[in-house]
Amino acid sequence: MIRFILIRLLQAIPVLLIISVVTFAMVRTAPGGPFDQEVKMQDEVKAAIEAHYGLDKSAIEQYFVWLGNALQGDLGPSFKYPNRSVHELIGDAFPVSLELGIWAMLVALTLGVGAGLIASTRPNTSRDYLPMSIAMFGICIPRFVMGPLLILVFSIYLQWYNSSGWFFASDRVLPALTMGIYYAAYVARLTRGGMLEVLGQDYIRTARAKGADEKRIIFKHAFKGGMRPVVSFFGPAMANLLAGSFIVESIFQIPGLGRYFIMAAFNRDYFLIQGTVMTYAVLIIVLNLLADILLVWLSPRLRFD
Amino acid sequence: MPLLDVRNLRTYFHTRGGITRAVDGVSFHVDKGETLGIVGESGSGKSVTCYSMMGLIPQPPGRIEGGEAIFGGTDLLSCSDEELRSIRGRRVAMIFQDPMTSLNPFMRVEDQLIEPLMIHQDISKADAIKRAIESLEEVGVPEAEKRIRSYPHEFSGGMRQRVMIAMALITKPELLIADEPTTALDVTVQAQILELIANLQKERGMAVVLISHDLGVVAGAADRIMVMYSGKVVETGETESVFYNPRHPYNRALQKSIPSLQQKGEELYTIPGMPPDPTQIVEGCAFAPRCEFADEACKSGLYELKASASEHATSCKRTQNKEIILTPNANG
Repeated sequence: MIRFILIRLLQAIPVLLIISVVTFAMVRTAPGGPFDQEVKMQDEVKAAIEAHYGLDKSAIEQYFVWLGNALQGDLGPSFKYPNRSVHELIGDAFPVSLELGIWAMLVALTLGVGAGLIASTRPNTSRDYLPMSIAMFGICIPRFVMGPLLILVFSIYLQWYNSSGWFFASDRVLPALTMGIYYAAYVARLTRGGMLEVLGQDYIRTARAKGADEKRIIFKHAFKGGMRPVVSFFGPAMANLLAGSFIVESIFQIPGLGRYFIMAAFNRDYFLIQGTVMTYAVLIIVLNLLADILLVWLSPRLRFD
Repeated sequence: MPLLDVRNLRTYFHTRGGITRAVDGVSFHVDKGETLGIVGESGSGKSVTCYSMMGLIPQPPGRIEGGEAIFGGTDLLSCSDEELRSIRGRRVAMIFQDPMTSLNPFMRVEDQLIEPLMIHQDISKADAIKRAIESLEEVGVPEAEKRIRSYPHEFSGGMRQRVMIAMALITKPELLIADEPTTALDVTVQAQILELIANLQKERGMAVVLISHDLGVVAGAADRIMVMYSGKVVETGETESVFYNPRHPYNRALQKSIPSLQQKGEELYTIPGMPPDPTQIVEGCAFAPRCEFADEACKSGLYELKASASEHATSCKRTQNKEIILTPNANG
């Protein structure tokens, strides 16, 4: 097991390097630069600023300077927020996105797994069709509709929660629901599919023959196997949740990481782009690894390969 | 009073292709301590008969249309789910064809073995594990104390079937239903498993229903044999009588198909034709189109089991009327 984790971590190194090179190349080849504004800057001024940030060197040189700094934990300065480093910006925003992501994940898992289990125990009856139709709705409604809808109902009519902000514990509810419901819908369908497959297996019949009741069959015999599709889905999905969502953060005015992805690209904020992309890449790799470890733990047969 | 008395059991599957009459009016009984062998080819309704009694038919599409199965005074077909569950795994246990898929790959053998005890008896986990180790030793699993912590995939096919048997017998049931227990195993292992079941049966005075498509397997182990064809019982009687005095052409044809009873070098005998489509209602005897003794009269009318001598019954009208006398196979 430790060997498996070590191998996967070693494999992550070339992956991250490739991602950083590709991002770097794409960002530099995109038209426009960080200091191209509507009012044209004087050439000398621009040259001085570019020299200050090391942008006058060749692209390859720039990349290695960035890589060297990055390896020491310095992700470079931000052009848009001049007095702040990329490191600080991400360090401030990431915990916010992380918290929101975890709440959203809890919403997704509770609603999704619950609905999926209910549906899978009585397939092709109203107990299956009702939660699955609601789940289909959840997948179809985009978050920029779901967010305002929740605000309308819970902030404006019922006045239970603030419509935006990130100050009180109650401020977590609506954004977490907005993000979570979307994933809950997927999780519900995956749970249903996974459980139905497992419930059709011979060993479930064996459990029935032993006199096990439905509760025991579902939770002791089928749950572990039935959750495997959800676990595989949740690796990458978690990375999305934790990295923040530009839409949800904009709707609810949350100081999270999601908006930097978009803003950095708009502003050609080279180092911030590179920083957010690398953060996201590390998240994806780590969470996929966690999902794989969980899958191995779920399936004893995989433990030996 | 027999231990299990099944009367006129009918189980149909309602599918898009029509109604499949998987079991159509099957009656039989099992006495205390005896072994009843059920033989027939794939799709003849042997397994569905037993699954129906145990409530293991997926419903829908399956539906038990009628009949009763009295076990110890309780009708398994009409009793409550709770009552059936309390009998299942405690007084009637089952083992299945494929030990590779019948054990849960996600659970340790230990947890699966003790489950019948934990469900049906008021017993501590430690005591249950002790009993599980004993029962593993009883079925011949070496190093039971260590092996019990393993997962099913760490066992060979034969060992898994031993685990299944240990699990089925841990509650000391009165009836064991063995659904093709040796079909998925190597020939040498087959004999071991059958012997194991026979020994445990003798020790405990337990009744066994042994389902197999292999007449050879059943002949060696069963006291009585029931031959099924197309969802119906076509012949039933004491093993010896069924073997040496076949009363139904299908039974005789099955015997003729046993390779070891044929001359070396001869082409192996197969029954011509295919079993009837179970979604169609067949007029007359279902075996008539494949039967070498059939005449025009066989293709119409109702066919019912009739005992001729000492409980040896057949549904074949021509043998009932003594129009034909079937001889046992030459080399049998």
